[in-house]
Amino acid sequence: MSIALYRIDDRLIHGQVVVGWGQPLDLGFIVLVDDDVAASEWEQELYRMAVPPEMAVHFLTVAEAATRLHEFEQLPRRGIVLTGSVETMGRLIRAGHGQVRTVNVGGVHHATGRAARLRYVFLTPDEAQGLQAMADAGVDVTAQDVPTARIVPLDELLHASPDA
Amino acid sequence: MVAQPVRALVAGHGTFAAGIISAVEQITGLGGLFAPLSNTDLGAGDIRTMIAEALDRTGARVVFTDLPAGSCTMAVRRLVRERPGLMLVTGVNLSLLLDFAMQPAEPVEAARTAVERARSAIAVHEG
Repeated sequence: MSIALYRIDDRLIHGQVVVGWGQPLDLGFIVLVDDDVAASEWEQELYRMAVPPEMAVHFLTVAEAATRLHEFEQLPRRGIVLTGSVETMGRLIRAGHGQVRTVNVGGVHHATGRAARLRYVFLTPDEAQGLQAMADAGVDVTAQDVPTARIVPLDELLHASPDA
Repeated sequence: MVAQPVRALVAGHGTFAAGIISAVEQITGLGGLFAPLSNTDLGAGDIRTMIAEALDRTGARVVFTDLPAGSCTMAVRRLVRERPGLMLVTGVNLSLLLDFAMQPAEPVEAARTAVERARSAIAVHEG
């Protein structure tokens, strides 16, 4: 399995991803799936400069990523697929037709309309429903910000309070 | 810590900024020259807003961050694009902050000088 993690993280490429997950998983590539970033050279350069030179970064739209997941699965080194939102991951899952089997909720931070579920996960009702829809489609959805943290199953996540 | 005009922000993970500033204070009594910021539990947009507000509040033109790939660094890089004259220094260490704090030069020039000197502070001694 070359894609080691499908992660929802609203910070996209940052320390937890590059160092926290990147080093223990020995990541060779990151696929950043975001329609806006894929359309912006400046955004791509911003994220590219945050990644060590030995790590490749691919900036793709949801539609492009869905057609290339099989290709990434064949690569010799492990990688991570990142989206910045539940909604984008949901679209990738639907466009990927069964290729995405697990989803890691790594960071969805506070914003208006979101309720606290974990210290690092806040969800709107639509986002909670979106995660449940992924699970209903057979995807194993869990929350975990860093590799050493406890893996929180979806059922627990959807009923969690931040002090839990 | 004696109240002093803030000359720079220090932004990073967890309590990194508060911790390194406390070390500056212990060594020089000049910790008040820095304002600490943490990205803990904040999304990318909120980190950017927090730093922008701190820049506006303090008038600082230099921001030190801990990790080149960190979310504070990413946020400040976006602000550098919007704010001419703002300087970002990533990978800060204690030697760099001490050198910066002890210089009378204006902050951007002091940061340039401190960066050059701080590079040599990382050394390996093997037995």
